[in-house]
Amino acid sequence: MKRRNEGRAGFLFALPWLFGLVAFMFYPLLMSLYYSFCDYSALRSPVWIGTDNYSELFHDEVFWTCVKNTVLYACVSLPLGMVIAIGLAMLLNTNVKGMTIYRTIFFIPSLVPMVSLAMLWLWILNGDYGVLNTALGAIGVKGPNWLSDVSWTKPALILMSVWGVGNAMLIYLASLQDVPSSLLEACELDGASSWQKTRHITLPMISPVIQFNMVMGIIGSLQVFAIPFVMFPGGTPARSTYFYAMYLYDSAFSYSRMGYASAMGWILFLVILLLTLIALKLSNKHVHYGGA
Amino acid sequence: MNKKKLNTTLTHFALVTLSCVFIFPFLWLLDTAVKPISETMKQPPVWIPSKFEFGNFWEAVNYGSDKVGYIPFLIYAQNTVMLAILVVIGTVVSNSIVAYSFARLRWWGRDLIFGITLATMMVPFPVMMVPTFTIFKHLDWIGTYRPLWVPAWFGSAFSIFLLRQFFKTIPFELSEAATIDGAGEWKIFQSIILPLCKPALAVVALFSFMGTWNDFLGPLIYLLRQETFTLSLGLEFYHSKAGGTQWNLLMAATSIVILPVLVVFFFCQKQFIKGISITGIK
Repeated sequence: MKRRNEGRAGFLFALPWLFGLVAFMFYPLLMSLYYSFCDYSALRSPVWIGTDNYSELFHDEVFWTCVKNTVLYACVSLPLGMVIAIGLAMLLNTNVKGMTIYRTIFFIPSLVPMVSLAMLWLWILNGDYGVLNTALGAIGVKGPNWLSDVSWTKPALILMSVWGVGNAMLIYLASLQDVPSSLLEACELDGASSWQKTRHITLPMISPVIQFNMVMGIIGSLQVFAIPFVMFPGGTPARSTYFYAMYLYDSAFSYSRMGYASAMGWILFLVILLLTLIALKLSNKHVHYGGA
Repeated sequence: MNKKKLNTTLTHFALVTLSCVFIFPFLWLLDTAVKPISETMKQPPVWIPSKFEFGNFWEAVNYGSDKVGYIPFLIYAQNTVMLAILVVIGTVVSNSIVAYSFARLRWWGRDLIFGITLATMMVPFPVMMVPTFTIFKHLDWIGTYRPLWVPAWFGSAFSIFLLRQFFKTIPFELSEAATIDGAGEWKIFQSIILPLCKPALAVVALFSFMGTWNDFLGPLIYLLRQETFTLSLGLEFYHSKAGGTQWNLLMAATSIVILPVLVVFFFCQKQFIKGISITGIK
């Protein structure tokens, strides 16, 4: 009797989400798959055109530029961000005085709204009056034109992304604090160096969190949008900062090619799915689940 | 022993240097915001303004109030706060109810659906963009705030996950005792679980506030008329209009957008750290 009631209550309590899951997740996902095979502008109803969108994408030069930009950005910013986040977390995990202050300082940049962040960096990287180039000049380096030189716009964005590693750093820090100190002390007694301790104890112990952050990082960096959209309207100069999500947005809302945009969306979805599975598979060999 | 001392010194040195690098952009932001316009464009840069122009903040907020290109910053702030309130209430109410079901009630298919829920966190937003837009267009909601807050009332995977983790830690004996006393599930949820999980609810409220305050893509897609813009959207609009000429005013406006986020963070640091740390736990 009680059991049956519990089942009904459980279903009723979950109802808002069951509706949300269907209305704002399953339905859009399926419709977007359908639209990707349609010619669909905001003004007309979708018309089935088979795989035309996909074959057009395949021959679309702009599409490939965006793919290249996005992959390049992800391939540099992701590993760099991970190394820096882990490094910072390890520095903070050494029982130094003032840890909470440092933690706050490193974390704050990742709280700032993207648009404000973009404004701030537009000013810091400004070609004429930018303070970064002034600082570089002071140590005898001639700073590049971060915002208008095709070969320096992506490094500028990567630099900014490193500034926002605070979120990942906090997650690493929390898991570092869970590494049992008895293990590390035992190692010390056996005469292990600090590198050996890091390599054989600390990193394996936090490996599930590294894997988690890596997967989230892949998903996030392939969708990079707000900052380049605000800082480099239209991906200027010479489309060097035109990223996948920007072209997708433009296709849908500037050129009103909803079907084309949906095809791009599904390709992105499948790529993320595939990369996530690969990341999980590859790193599972190295991921160590402790006691839990 | 000496080696240990050297290590500590080196760690401190590294942390102080890195802190300076991380904090510098903010200092430069504030520094520029209180400069007279003539001193923003000097080379070499003026580090300490000859005169602190706190009036810049006022001017940024009322930029061009006498001109055609007037940017109603205060209205944007009001819009953003209103939207954030709707989203935060909806997120807390809906997700706590749903998380109760996933954490404390047994029903057919629960674990499967929870697994699917977690998996949906991986679905990139761009793939949903067009169909979601179409749904709201059919409802005739484009140009209103509804597409931005109504979905929040139907739960979100991340908040469900977070609350479920907390709800599971409350001893089940409490629920059992309440059942014996004749309490129904709603009563247990309302008078036992919710009061005990206030910190967790605070974390979820905090995250959804931040998410709304910082959101750019959502308002960009759904808000059409200038007077309905949120701060993020307004700031971008401001920039493209002011054309980057008045850097001191732009930086003053930027500081104003950032300020509430920092204030909230300083008051709720503990909840923040807790909430973010738990996301890394499998």
